[in-house]
Order: sequence, then C-alpha cells, then structure tokens
Amino acid sequence: MPKQTFVLNGRTVTVDVADDVRLLWVLRDLLGVTGPKYGCGINVCKACTSHINGKAFNPCAVPVGKLKADDEVTTIEGLPGTSSGSGLHPMQRAWLENDVSQCGYCQPGQIMAAVALVKRLRREGRALRESDLDGIRNICRCGTYVRIREAIEQGAREMR
Amino acid sequence: MTIQHDRSIGSDPTAPDGGSGGGGAGVGRRGFLGYVLAGSTLVVGADLSLGAPRAAAAIPSAPQIADLYDLEDLQTDSALATSQLITVTINPDSTANFQLPRMEVGQGIVTSTAMIIAEELGLPVSKVKVTLAPARPELVFNQLTGGSNSTFSTYTPIRVAAALARQQLMDAAAILFGTNADRLIATGGVVRDTLGNQATFGDLAVKAASSVVRAVEVQLRPESEFTVIGKPHNRTDARDAVTGEKKFAMDLDIPNALPTMVCRAPQHRGTPRGLRNRAEILRMPGVTHVAQVETGIAVRAQTFGQCIDAIRAMKVDWNPGPADGESDATILAELRRAELPLVVPKIPVGAKTVETDVVFAFRSSAALEPYCAVADVRPDSATVWAGLKVPILAQQNIALALGMSQDKVKVNVVMGGGSFGHKLFGDHAIEAAQVSRAMGVPVKLMWHRADEPRQGRLHPMCTSRVRATVAGGQVLTFEQRHTSVVTDFSHGLGEILTQTADELPTGLGGLGFSQSIFLLTQQLPYNFGLVTQLLNEVDDRFSTGSMRNIYSPDVAVAAELTVDKLAAAVGSDPVQFRLDFLKDERVRAALRTVAKHGKWGRRLPKGVAQGVAIHKEYKGCTAVLVELDCRPQTVKRDLGPETVTGPRVTKAVIAVDVGLVINPRGLEAQMQGGFMDGLALTLTSSCHLRDGRFLEASWDNYFYTRQWNVPPEVQVHIMESDSRTPGGAGEAAVGTSAAAVACAYARATGTTPSYLPINHGEISFRPKPFIPPVPQSPSNGLQRTN
Repeated sequence: MPKQTFVLNGRTVTVDVADDVRLLWVLRDLLGVTGPKYGCGINVCKACTSHINGKAFNPCAVPVGKLKADDEVTTIEGLPGTSSGSGLHPMQRAWLENDVSQCGYCQPGQIMAAVALVKRLRREGRALRESDLDGIRNICRCGTYVRIREAIEQGAREMR
Repeated sequence: MTIQHDRSIGSDPTAPDGGSGGGGAGVGRRGFLGYVLAGSTLVVGADLSLGAPRAAAAIPSAPQIADLYDLEDLQTDSALATSQLITVTINPDSTANFQLPRMEVGQGIVTSTAMIIAEELGLPVSKVKVTLAPARPELVFNQLTGGSNSTFSTYTPIRVAAALARQQLMDAAAILFGTNADRLIATGGVVRDTLGNQATFGDLAVKAASSVVRAVEVQLRPESEFTVIGKPHNRTDARDAVTGEKKFAMDLDIPNALPTMVCRAPQHRGTPRGLRNRAEILRMPGVTHVAQVETGIAVRAQTFGQCIDAIRAMKVDWNPGPADGESDATILAELRRAELPLVVPKIPVGAKTVETDVVFAFRSSAALEPYCAVADVRPDSATVWAGLKVPILAQQNIALALGMSQDKVKVNVVMGGGSFGHKLFGDHAIEAAQVSRAMGVPVKLMWHRADEPRQGRLHPMCTSRVRATVAGGQVLTFEQRHTSVVTDFSHGLGEILTQTADELPTGLGGLGFSQSIFLLTQQLPYNFGLVTQLLNEVDDRFSTGSMRNIYSPDVAVAAELTVDKLAAAVGSDPVQFRLDFLKDERVRAALRTVAKHGKWGRRLPKGVAQGVAIHKEYKGCTAVLVELDCRPQTVKRDLGPETVTGPRVTKAVIAVDVGLVINPRGLEAQMQGGFMDGLALTLTSSCHLRDGRFLEASWDNYFYTRQWNVPPEVQVHIMESDSRTPGGAGEAAVGTSAAAVACAYARATGTTPSYLPINHGEISFRPKPFIPPVPQSPSNGLQRTN
C-alpha cells in the first residue's frame, strides 16, 4: 500500500492508502479529521472546502496521491493556527458575533471559503464587492446566506 | 366534508392563556406542581403536559378549524395522557443539565431551552447544558419534533422544573444560613444572605437532594421580571459549529463502524433482484462486506470513497419501482382526474369570477447532511445513532425489522445537519440496522447525495385551484381545491389522532389523517364570504413526507395569487385590499409593517415589481414584501455552469408575530432561512420525474437557493405581540415568502405562474447516469483552487 505524505494543519502526516482515494475520505475516515463535511462528493456543494497552500480547494475532488509531501493542507481545525492572534481566526469570530450557524453542517466549509476569498482579494489588491459574495458557491440548506454575507464583510475588515 | 364559514368576525381565539398558568395541570395563577426526585444531588421534574392550553370551548363564531384548534393543539393534546416527567439536574459544579425530548436540527431549540431554564433558575445560559434525549418510549408521542411545536409544547413544563430547582436551592440555603428564603439573593449560581454568607448552587444541590419523591407547588417568575427570555442570544452550539467540533452522525467515532453505502435502483423505490459479481466486489480495495438488503446492495469498506468505487463496479439486476413508466405529465393527468369540483353557489348577476390554477412539482426535502446512521446490531441487542425527529417510532420500527423487543434497541439522537421534515422518518436508521445485522458488524451508513433526490423523501407533486367571486366590492365566495400525491404521515401521531379525533372541538372525527392535518394547518384569514379549502390525495407510490411547512406553502401561493386577482377585479391596491379584508389585527399590523419598511408602491423600472403576501398559522402570522427583478439582463446573468440565475429578489422585508418571543436572534434566523426556502420553491428547486426515475442527483441539478439568488437586502421585523404564547417559528416564513415572490413575479411579468417553480419546464442540466447510480468523484480538484 503506498504511503501518502503531506502537511496537515501544520504537521506532517503519513497514511497508508491507495493513490486514488479522495483526500476527503483520507481526512475523515482514516485520520478522524471531521471538520470538512460531505455534501455531494463531486465538488458542487463545497461543504468540504479546506485550504491547500493557502487557497480554497475541495478535498472530495483530489486523489490523495496527487499531494506532494510539502503541500500544506489546512482544514477548519487548523484555521485558528493560521492567524497571528491567539484563539479563533477573525473569520470564525465574525461568524460567532453574527450568530451565523443554524444546523452548522456547512459552516466549516463556508468559513474556509470566506477566508480564501478575502485572501484572494488581498492578492488582487481590491476590496470586497457584492459580486464576490454572489459568487460564493457553498450551499447552506438552512438558508443562513444573509448572515454569511454580513460575517464575511466583518471578517474581511478584521483579517490582517 | 366541507368546512364553511361566513363573513362574521369572531374574537381572536388563538391566544390561549398558555404561559401564565391556568393550564389543566396547574394549581393556580403561575402556580404549578413539580416533583423533587430522589437522588444524590438535586433532581427536579415536571410533567411534560403541564400548561398545555386546551382548545377554547366557547367561540362566538366558528371560522375554519385551524382558527380554533390547530396542529400544535393536536400534537400537544395527543401527548396529554401519556407524557411523563422531564427533569432538571443541578450538578456539584453549579451547572444544570437537561435532556430535551426533541431534536435540534438547526432551528435553535437547544439554545432557547437553555434560555428558558436560565431564566427560571437564575443561572447564566452558559451554565445550562441541554442535550438531546435518546428515544424514551414512555413519552409515546411526546417526542416528535415537527409542526413548529417544540417551544409551544415544552415552554411551561421546562419553566416549572427550573423554577422548582431554584426554589429548592433557596430553601436549602435558608436552612443553612438560618434565615428565610425570601431574604436571600441568588445571582450567577451563588446564593447570598445580607450577612455575607454564601453558597453555590453546587453546594446546595447536595443539601437539597431528596431521598424520596415529593410533589411540591412552585410559582413561576412573572414575565415582567424576565431578563433572559425575549433578549437576543447567540446559539449555544455556535462555537462547536465554527470550529468543526460539532459532531453529526457521520462524525461519530463508534468502534469498528466502518463506512457503508448502498447501491440503489435506477427507478424511484426500485428493489434489487441480485448482485452478479459479488466475489469481484469483495476483492476490491478496502471492501470488507457486501450484503443485499430490501433497498439495494450494501457495501462496507475502509473509506466511503472505496464504497463509491464498489457501487460503481456492481452488476445488479433490479426490479422496477412502483412508479415504473410514470412521468411528471402522467402524474399531473392523474391529479387532474382526482381534482374535486369547484361548486360555486348561486351568485348575483354581474358578479365577477376569478380563477387560479397552479401545478407544483415534486421537491426534495433533503438536508445538506445526507441520511446517515450508525448501527451496531448484536444477536440480542442493537444500538443506533442518528438524527431522528421521531426516535421512538424509529426504535419500534428497528425492533420490528430486527425481530427484537423494543427494550433491546437503544436509539441515540444526534444533532442533525438540517431536517426540513426529512428526518421525521427513520429510513436511514432502519436501513443501517438491517445492514449491520446482515453483515454482522457495526456500520456507519451514509446515503450518497445522488440517492437523496432519487430515492429520498419528497414533497409531493400537487395542484391547487381557486375560484373566487366578487361583486359590489365584496368577495362572496372563495373555494380552494388542493389535489396532491399522497403525503406520508406514517411517522406517527396517527393512532393518537384517531383517539383524539372524537373529542376534537369542531368534529374532525371521521376524516382521514391527511385531511385532518390539512384542515388543522390551513387558515385563510380573510373575510371572503363562503370559504372552503379542501384536500384530495391520490397515489401512494412515492416516498414522500412533510417538507418544511407541509401543505401551507403551495396553498398560500395559490391563495395569495388569487387575492391579488381579486384586488385587481375590484380596482384595489393589493396591500389596501388585504387590509380591508383581513380578519385579524395581528396580520394587518404585520402587513402594514412590511408595506411601510418596504416602501410599498414605490416606482420601479419596467420588469421589476413588488409582491406582498401574508400567512397565518402556528399561533402566529407573517407578512412578506419583496421586490423582484425580472428584466432580461438580470434573468440571463451568466455565472458559469451549474448555475441557475433567473429573476432575482433584490429586497425582502419580513414581519413576524409569533406571540411570546424566547430568542429574537434565533427567530430572525428562522425568518431569513424560511425566506430562502420559499424563494427556492417559487423560482428554482424541483425534481423531474421521467419513466419512474427522478432526474436530479445533486446540488448542480436541484437548485436550492444559492448566494447569487439571495436578496442583497433582507429585513426582519419582529412584531410586539399581545399573545403570551410562544408560537412556532421554524416554518412560519416559508409559505409567505413563496407567495410574495409568486405575486411579484405575476406583477413583474404580467403573467400568473401556472407551474412552479417557474423554471420547472426547462431541464437546465444533463442528468447524471442511473447505472451506476452514483457519480465518481472528480480528480481535478487541484486545478480548481482559488
């Protein structure tokens, strides 16, 4: 069985699993990292959104064998560790202050998508627009979309 | 049977004296009996049926049944004879524990329950731990989460238990300090006297513990002293949700419960004949077990990904489903044949008639968390973990399926990743138990997303027709005939209803269960002369259920579209017309609120229009105003593949009166979420039936509301209410929102929609294959980072 090595939430991990198993299942079923959720398995619902090397991606659509040993995978569990302060990431705090979650199932993916969006805008050197919020593909079946938008605006202001 | 009423206005019968004593089991104004239970620490209990408001016996004039006695009353009364104690425990660390016999699915009842306990007990909300009770068969039908009934039915008993705990703690402190309880002050879980003595709730809990069960009278805190109830409070599980620590059924780590999935038939409810390549499947990487069950071929593997691979490799012979050969068109024809006639009585010469006829497509009630359950079935016992809104029934059905007695089956209720009615049934838990038994090992069963719209519970296809007559500025008649594929209510209440029905105040006895639910939920709150709203259901071949708000959204859409037509027929403005004809001042006030804050009547470009609607149900009411942009440049927005844009609501204004508000923050969230459901029902989300199969297989086919459909502006106004009863919130906004959007669409386009959602006629996706029944996960995810 091939050994798969990558960096997960700041630590190097090695797993014995076939190359073609999608990373989502390696995280959830083999490593017990259950923050990224299953909602479709075909990169549509975005519930599993996590970061690879600081950019949003969906582990349900990545065979684990495609990861390099120095690829840094960050799930919601590792998000607080990517911000300078102690405690939660500013986007998580914005989520709490806006009381966004209802059932909470999609929210780890929503938060990871939001953080990546703000980072992308920083790279592009521009401010958050309404159209950026419209373009977020993550589904929330409870319909928390309004508070998601408010939280992203607040989180964007507070991310440094 | 026809329910009729005339235009006479009765007093508002929907404000029972629920929260302030006077319920049958109480002992006086705010005085109730509670129980101090035997234990090593303080444990208090209250009967879950306490304070249940009986339907009023003397109503001056009888409008529709739901005005007098609605679904909430039925559920509450159904539980009266059989409900048992719910308990609050005070722990040595001064926290309180409570097991809620309801299911949290995102609607916020864990938070609101903690608030109610904190209020009466005098503890911070953070020190009240509310968990979900496992299946408690002794509660019988008092453990069903549905009909927006949770807070209504549990408010008083929970207050009684918490108030009794506080009273006992204060009495213990009084003995300890040698003083009277009324000279003590309790704050934040610490009791003090004026001399500087103090003791924590934890210390006192042991002293207040009882070795025998005692009945004790207790007074509830007057509402004027509330400091927690009615104040906004964030969810108690929010931190777990945003850190990924919140555990859903799929996240549980149960020893040896490996990932398990089921290969399902191409047709809706088709069944397996047999697997032809079992040996090959068993040799696949990671696969440990394969077993045939009633619903398909189950496979267990090290990862869900390997289950998907195995399902895709299976060669299975299938039996057709019960709807073999049927399509939307044939089912619609069947509904048309079953429609009850509209029978307009003699009306004056010169009266105008307006008619509405709307078809509503099948819709999927699936949550984002697909059906999932963990089951560990042993030869003589079984343990199941799942999100279940009726866990006792699931327990009974699992016991039945396994041939075990009910007491051998332990059913643990896990917080659900949404429900929307989908988890009323124990389909997933029963299937998991059957698979575990067939394989002889624990399983973590998950439905693939593709299984959900194709095999999961659906909101039934239906038609709703209305004929109304108007003359001399008055509406003389309003007849509505709702014809639907059968809604499955087998999750319960049925037997109890049969018992209760004979005693119902308005003589519901003798009606079928669906008709009863229909009449118990539908209230047309207008003075429209002779009003009849009737249901007829046909065809039980589909897997259906009570999707969020059951019949109401479809009924409300057809009714409110008709109200707009009536307004036009008499040359009146839609808001003014409603204000003129509404029976209830609470509804009028909500409507005035949205009209004011939504600037009703303001000038808008051609192709953009406002729409307004009201709805009254669950002891409350809502009004919604929207602005809908139907201009070509908006409708044809191209946001890439898998993206249905269409008309966009640019503003939504919602007003809600639910009576006593426990948590305004949570209520606002339910209004926002309910709006998104209503929006999807009218504009985007449906299932297409073709040759016995549903075409939709994922979120790129089933177009639930997405960010690009969300109104940039959403206002929620919570009305000051005279009612002191906590009404239902979880469903209240859905029908009103669906109707307001439909009315706006009709006004923006000049065409009343006749088939909803409006995009149902166009299949804007390529259906995924049916064999194999699940799609392979993509492998290009690293090319799609952003």
